[in-house]
Amino acid sequence: MKNPSIVMLRRNLKHIARNPTSVFNAVLMPVVVMLMFVYMLGDAFSVGVPYVDYATPGMLLLAVCYGLGAVATAVNSDMTKGIINRFKVMDVPRGAVLTGHVIASVMTNLIAIAAIIGVAFALGFDPSASFAQWLGVIGLVVLLGIATGWLTVALGLFAKTPETAGLASVPLVMLPFFSSAIVPADKMGPGVKQFAQYQPFTPIIESLRGLLNGAPETGDLIAAFAWCLGIAVVGYFWATSTFKKRA
Amino acid sequence: MTTSAIAVTGLRKAFGDKTVLDGIDLDVPAGTVFSLLGPNGAGKTTTVNVLTTLTKADSGTVRVAGHDVATDAKAVRSAIGVTGQFAAVDELLTGRENLQLMVDLSPGAGNEVVGRLLERFDLAEAADKAAATYSGGMRRKLDLAMTLVGDPQIIFLDEPTTGLDPRSRRTMWTIIRELLADGVTIFLTTQYLDEADQLADKIAVLDKGRLVAQGTPEELKRQIPGTHVRFRFGSVEDLDTAARIMPDSTRDDDALTLRVPSDGGTQSVRKLLDRLDEYSVDADEFSVNTPDLDDVFLALTGHDTAEVVAK
Repeated sequence: MKNPSIVMLRRNLKHIARNPTSVFNAVLMPVVVMLMFVYMLGDAFSVGVPYVDYATPGMLLLAVCYGLGAVATAVNSDMTKGIINRFKVMDVPRGAVLTGHVIASVMTNLIAIAAIIGVAFALGFDPSASFAQWLGVIGLVVLLGIATGWLTVALGLFAKTPETAGLASVPLVMLPFFSSAIVPADKMGPGVKQFAQYQPFTPIIESLRGLLNGAPETGDLIAAFAWCLGIAVVGYFWATSTFKKRA
Repeated sequence: MTTSAIAVTGLRKAFGDKTVLDGIDLDVPAGTVFSLLGPNGAGKTTTVNVLTTLTKADSGTVRVAGHDVATDAKAVRSAIGVTGQFAAVDELLTGRENLQLMVDLSPGAGNEVVGRLLERFDLAEAADKAAATYSGGMRRKLDLAMTLVGDPQIIFLDEPTTGLDPRSRRTMWTIIRELLADGVTIFLTTQYLDEADQLADKIAVLDKGRLVAQGTPEELKRQIPGTHVRFRFGSVEDLDTAARIMPDSTRDDDALTLRVPSDGGTQSVRKLLDRLDEYSVDADEFSVNTPDLDDVFLALTGHDTAEVVAK
């Protein structure tokens, strides 16, 4: 018998390799969105800095979110097709099954992040982050990936069908658009503006932006970290309790 | 003395205010096939889920392989194998990889079992194709093969042939009989009466969360009215005489047959034959007709369950 978590992760990675459209979506969609906003519309936004420098942090976040739909669908089809029950009866630790999905999701995120950063540089991205700040960027993105990954696994376990599971993750994909990802929140209309200011993705994006500029603000970093931790804890407990309950 | 592989008393389960299982008692001796028969929604899958530790019962005791499912789920899990209602195979993996996955997750299983199971279930040729390309029958076989990796003593088969074509069903039946020959205990749910009749040593009929009847297939068939003896005579005269001397009989003049209600037991049949002898009537043909399980089922579940529960 091998370590169940590694067996599960290997299974998830095989899935990704054999069903490349999911990775394609997760990587290509954020790149397309980025090209659209930066290359086509970028000149129309006046944000005080070159638009690519403004938009890249938000695109990193978008790259994480776009991968989640496939994760929710995959978890749900494991559930509805009886594979999770099979693992449960075999006494595979619940952590292993779900962690496999989360880690595979984070790995997909990293591929998408690398693609976004590559495209950003091609479009003239000029960050002034130090090496340590770059590490901070990667760390925060991975933390966000883990947090939203657990939340998505919970959504996937909770949903009745793979279709609704995919749909349930749409808000996570839409949320970045109602944050400071594309334009600063204070340029938005009333209502949306307040929402954008206080929703979790804004401090995360502002932290990424600060780190890449070489001037992160401690308040943003603390808020970003707290949000990620909160989302991760809620997602984790929701996922594990649903896993235990649902047969 | 036979030991119980599965012993259930007073099992109850409700989801919200909907009672799914309403006091189930059953006992399955080791090395036998037990079939839980019932229509969709009777509670078959819920029963399997409770017995296999997937769902907690509201009350009652359930012992599987000698262990309590509530307090010793781990020991139960190491003794059982479950093949659910839908073939739980990983469609993106090949047949071989699916089996390897089970080996990797089962304590004590060796890699050599993969090839052996592929051979045994006639899947060697398709072993390296994705399970998504398999036919329904092949998926079921792969599913069952995956269940066997851990070498379980007790196997739960939840509607193993639902949706299969007749040939695949027969293959499945052969496999189930072979498993029994290996000494395992099988708990089978089905909505097909002929399947229970073919495979089971004992059948329990489940309707709306209650067991409405329990027994061997033959016992069940005897339990309902409708068993009758049928005589065929050579002439109308003989038929006339016989119809006169047999109370409650129904005659068919065209076929020259007479149906006489009887429980099919030797005593009552002997009485009928003696009576024919007494009046010097000879029948050309004689048969005892027991209703098939379809009749049993309709008779048992068509009634108010409260009436049938006393057996």
